[in-house]
Amino acid sequence: MQGLRDGKTLPVLIVLLALVVIWYLGAVWLNTPWQLDTYQRKSVSDWTATQFVTDTLNQNRPVLPAPHQVAAEMWKTIVETAPNSKRSLLYHAWITLSSTLLGFVMGTGLGIGLAVAILNNKAIDRSLMPWIIASQTIPILAIAPMIIVVLNAVGLSGLIPKALISTYLSFFPVVVGMVKGLRSPEAMQLDLMHTYNASTAQTFFKLRWPSALPYLFASMKVAVAIALVGAIVGELPTGAVAGLGARLLSGSYYGQTVQIWSALFTASAVAAGLVLLVGLAERLTLRRMGART
Amino acid sequence: MNSTLVLGAVAVWLMLWGTNEYLVRLKPQSAAMARAIGLLVPALFGVAILVLWEGITRGFGVPTILLPPPSMIWARLTASLPLLWADFRQTFLKSVLIGWALGCGLGFIVAILIDRSTFLQKGLLPLGNFVSALPVVGVAPIMVMWFGFDWPSKAAVVVIMTFFPMLVNTVAGLAASGQMERDLMRTYASNYWQTLFKLRLPMAAPFIFNALKINSTLALIGAIVAEFFGTPIVGMGFRISTEVGRADVDMVWAEIAIAALAGSAFYAGIALIERAITFWHPSIRSAGWT
Repeated sequence: MQGLRDGKTLPVLIVLLALVVIWYLGAVWLNTPWQLDTYQRKSVSDWTATQFVTDTLNQNRPVLPAPHQVAAEMWKTIVETAPNSKRSLLYHAWITLSSTLLGFVMGTGLGIGLAVAILNNKAIDRSLMPWIIASQTIPILAIAPMIIVVLNAVGLSGLIPKALISTYLSFFPVVVGMVKGLRSPEAMQLDLMHTYNASTAQTFFKLRWPSALPYLFASMKVAVAIALVGAIVGELPTGAVAGLGARLLSGSYYGQTVQIWSALFTASAVAAGLVLLVGLAERLTLRRMGART
Repeated sequence: MNSTLVLGAVAVWLMLWGTNEYLVRLKPQSAAMARAIGLLVPALFGVAILVLWEGITRGFGVPTILLPPPSMIWARLTASLPLLWADFRQTFLKSVLIGWALGCGLGFIVAILIDRSTFLQKGLLPLGNFVSALPVVGVAPIMVMWFGFDWPSKAAVVVIMTFFPMLVNTVAGLAASGQMERDLMRTYASNYWQTLFKLRLPMAAPFIFNALKINSTLALIGAIVAEFFGTPIVGMGFRISTEVGRADVDMVWAEIAIAALAGSAFYAGIALIERAITFWHPSIRSAGWT
């Protein structure tokens, strides 16, 4: 009980509870005009307050769906629908997740490779680094529809174009973090390696790489989150075929707010799961390396 | 295929690469010289990329729908300035700037409000950190449904995207002042607000500016992506998605060039203000005006 009160669990739970309450109040408030309208059209005049509130929380296409509606929709589309059906959110989540993971792996590999190149060649460092930093300030995501459509024109469709967008987005944080990490050993440590007559490769694998790992994991957490955003946005321009982004788009076409919210929550769950997995890998790796966490 | 163009471009590229390799090996005598080299090297690299791009697309006859040469993009950009300006005004001056200011302002105010309550901080901070990992852009269709097609819906997306980074950073910044400094303020008998304005907010400034810079990028992304979900017939995101549909790739590239320019100018503007305000911070004092 002591730990519960002093820790973060209780405050977080209470804030979450407050959010749910606010959500319910907001749902009633935002859905009121439409409900009044319906009553007028059906000429129901003897409605009670309880009935009114229940009705606002159970509309078919509410302005703001109530939490239990979203939960019911997610239960229906995740648990009760077969995972290979096109109505299943798991099916769409898997499509988004697969291109996210492919893009993330490619982006991280590319980022590490580029960071090593930057470390070893001064000309690449001086000419490329300013551009990499500058490119973080531009809205790269705007290119997403073009990459999709252009690659479609060449005959590439489906997984690869989306994964390329995720690659593109996730490689920047990895390059910046890895360059910083690979340069993090102090002069004294480098001097020690020098006195051991270590070669450049030995210094790299025994000193630079291990000391860069914390930076790598920190960048990978950012990268995996942004790779998911890239995959979702990459699904928009193809016109709502499959994936969580497509669910968002088709929901917005047909005014299916419950569908939008459940896709949004699934996407958030996927993002949280991915970040947690990277965090877990981080803790396992660093513990094996003897770090105190 | 026109091999002279390709070979010429590759030759220019190799030459510029060689120049860069020479330049980074120089040991400049003066600081001004070192700064000039620091600017020249990436500039030459940019020129090399443009030349290579132009040479390869023209030399190999790459279909312009795949990748138009830079000269064509430039021609398109200069030819359709009024249209680009209208898009820029709709997306950047309305959605991005207004949403960014509102989101950052709200985040800042909420951070100040919860500053006195440890309980709320403990409750809100983990949530704020968690939200930064979520694909917040996904609220775009909901906002479009609520606030209509025009810029308010885009500004709303931007507000949601920028709120949490600002909140988290401001709270972290307010905690940055040390116990000793706060004790000193206490010995001066300063009250809460005096401590806040004279000690804690200035100490928080680097954190706040960091959030402002992160948010400048997020705001542009949010506004452009939100326009994919429905918009009046003007705006950068709208232009990009429709011109892609009409296979007018050079127009898309022109729009992307404008977005890139606006994004980096926005960022650079905030960075300049940061330098002027947090001139005392070690990271700025040591770096100098580079």
